[in-house]
Amino acid sequence: MYHVVIGMELHAQLQTQSKMFCGCSADYWAAPPNSHVCPVCLAMPGVLPVINAKAVEQTVRAGLALNCQIAPFSVFARKNYHYPDLPKGYQISQYELPLCHDGWLLIEGEDGQPKRIGIRRAHLEEDTGKSIHVGPLGPGSERADHPTDGATLIDLNRAGLPLLEIVTEADMASGEEAYRYLVKLRTILRTLGVNSGDMEKGAMRCEVNLSLRTAEQAAAGQYGVKVEVKNLNSFKAVRDSIAYEIQRQTAVLDGGRAVRQVTMGWDENRRCTVVQRGKESSEDYRYFPEPDLPPLELSRAWVEGVRASLPELPDARAARFVRDCGLTARDAALLTVERAVADWFEAAVAAYGGAPREVANWVTGQLFALLKSEEGDIASLPFQPAELADLIRLVDAGTINRNTGKKVLEQMVATGQPPAAIVEAQGLAQLSDEADLVQVIDALLAANPGEVAKYRAGKTSLLGWFMGQVMKETRGKANPDLVRRLVTQRLDG
Amino acid sequence: MHLSTADVEHIAELAKLALTLEEIEQYRRQLSDILEHFETLKQVDTSSVPPTASVLPLRTVMRADVVRPSLPTDDALANAPDREDGFFRVRAVFGEE
Ligand SMILES: [Zn+2]
Repeated sequence: MYHVVIGMELHAQLQTQSKMFCGCSADYWAAPPNSHVCPVCLAMPGVLPVINAKAVEQTVRAGLALNCQIAPFSVFARKNYHYPDLPKGYQISQYELPLCHDGWLLIEGEDGQPKRIGIRRAHLEEDTGKSIHVGPLGPGSERADHPTDGATLIDLNRAGLPLLEIVTEADMASGEEAYRYLVKLRTILRTLGVNSGDMEKGAMRCEVNLSLRTAEQAAAGQYGVKVEVKNLNSFKAVRDSIAYEIQRQTAVLDGGRAVRQVTMGWDENRRCTVVQRGKESSEDYRYFPEPDLPPLELSRAWVEGVRASLPELPDARAARFVRDCGLTARDAALLTVERAVADWFEAAVAAYGGAPREVANWVTGQLFALLKSEEGDIASLPFQPAELADLIRLVDAGTINRNTGKKVLEQMVATGQPPAAIVEAQGLAQLSDEADLVQVIDALLAANPGEVAKYRAGKTSLLGWFMGQVMKETRGKANPDLVRRLVTQRLDG
Repeated sequence: MHLSTADVEHIAELAKLALTLEEIEQYRRQLSDILEHFETLKQVDTSSVPPTASVLPLRTVMRADVVRPSLPTDDALANAPDREDGFFRVRAVFGEE
């Protein structure tokens, strides 16, 4: 067994109208190729970038929400490398003096306790363009150039979009913790309105770095060899690739070999990591301060103004659920990890009108279990929060018992039918008619004289058996409290 | 400070320059001379001068987040060595996106 050490880098596209350093539209998705480009983002000679104030504000909003220090003085830097989707031959980023640093985000750790994931830095940079690799041309093609290698097509609409990069400390110890970090981070960024959270469209992209170490290394503060994993296009890919890498590196180390320091890519189809073609040159980015951009000086007053404008964030919402709704800290945390879940819960509470804790029990218990087994999310449920409230009221009123309620919820998830209709159509309403139940009970006692005699001789633990038989006879629909009273009455009487 | 041949080859690779052996030797000497000059400059006592990332008096120059017209695609591609369906078309590159 090895200790797992995971750190993460996340790139999130900010929600601005225009690009980071020019006025081109940032709405690049589905736009015709190279239709949102200008001399600045095409890197024509002699042009000058100008910082988008909104991007700076959104970065600071994110930094504050992640409990970061906001630098009163920060500087942009050039990161130099060659790639066709990077027209300048360098990316404007931040290096030594990032806008935000030394923060943290709270998740539920593997041990069920709250755990702080350190945020090393959060800085602002620009996105690259998009490359499309096309295969070799056929022999009859009119395009005789590069016939065997294929070609790369470049669209620079995305080049120069503002990107927020968030780098954690190596604080995560499992794929599950990494997953929880990402889910929570996405909720925070969406709540702030600084990112769409849409991973499929590439609005959030992440890289994992992972190493294993022995208990002795951990005790001595030493680390194993770090492997970077890229090409993670979903949260599930993050979790799966981590599980795979842990397995792979464990096998390498157990075999007495050394883990190589490489960059891996996640292959979604083969469900494994593969060594990515290494860069020909070492990662020597030769960062230096961007001479075309004066430094940023942010006043304390301005930063405090941004802080005051922040919306209610997940941790604050959880605290409110504990304070105002009487929820346990654990339920409150579970309900606020995703904004859609918290919204859904609050809508159900409002529709229910009773104790919010009752709604929380249904949501974090039965509903979460159903969503997990169906691999669905709350947004895709085929019924409204108010209908969960209807279901709980049916249980409160004694129309159905709690166990039947769970079965009804299962059918609501599967079919979207309202609870009352399900109860009606399947005759699930609780049997609360005394005369009917007495008939069932008397028949049961008559058929089991031996058990009746034992009970009356003092083996009162048989009560549960009698109750179970009645529930069985009534297909679980009998009102359990009434059954208990009537069975006791008939046996003792 | 004297650069080695290997240093120059490394720099040339980072700059995507293909150099002949003669050029490598020529640049090795020229770049070494330049660095030598910086060694001279480093003798100036700067202990009382704070480091700076910018020599201009400007600070915090920003623009409002407003969309302005982009170039027509034809103009954007006017200098492209090759194009295809509105894309720049270049020799095949592999690796990360
Ligand atoms: Zn532009």
